[in-house]
Amino acid sequence: MADQPQGCARVTSSVSGTPEPVQNIEQASIEKKEVSMGVKVGQKAPDFTAPAYYKGAFTTVKLSDFLGKWVLVCFYPGDFTFV
Amino acid sequence: MEVISVSVDSHFVHKMWNDHELVKMVDGGIPFHMAADQAGNVGRAFGVWDESQGIELRGRFIIDPDGVVQGMEVLTPPVGRKMAETIRQVKAFQTVRASKGAEATPAGWEPGQPTLKPGPHLVGKVWEVWNPKMEK
Repeated sequence: MADQPQGCARVTSSVSGTPEPVQNIEQASIEKKEVSMGVKVGQKAPDFTAPAYYKGAFTTVKLSDFLGKWVLVCFYPGDFTFV
Repeated sequence: MEVISVSVDSHFVHKMWNDHELVKMVDGGIPFHMAADQAGNVGRAFGVWDESQGIELRGRFIIDPDGVVQGMEVLTPPVGRKMAETIRQVKAFQTVRASKGAEATPAGWEPGQPTLKPGPHLVGKVWEVWNPKMEK
């Protein structure tokens, strides 16, 4: 994972298979209801790509790059939030 | 084993948190990937996005080499996880996987302790090989 050039645009994460954002706001809220979210044990984890900080470098991390290894994905409320 | 931490903070903030605080707790700083999920897309996909607070709940997912979720735990923000229990669970899942599903690990099992080999012979006989007092 090479260090990548950092632009000023806000890069963000994405989930594989996610449809392109819908421009029409009304339509978007309907779409949202139809997408089932959350994972179940025994089922495939959703693949994702996200900007990351790793050992001094800015990188991109992709869950499916680690197929063949055990992976822990740990979410937390926020940096500098005590716990 | 690989670890990916995820929060709604940017990777720039992850760097600052690592460099200014976490490095004082962990020698050499955080050794794993600190992912930025500012739009909450990843959190939503895993079911840990909290819409009202705009944060991600304390979710922990054990994913096997095939990409399948084997274990999950989700806590509300004020209570931290216990890493030793996560490691115990990963070792148990690795043991089960190595046996190709022929073995199972009883409640409280730790590496090195006997596993269970489910089958007709074990029905009603678990008490002969395992009891709660064996939990360390």
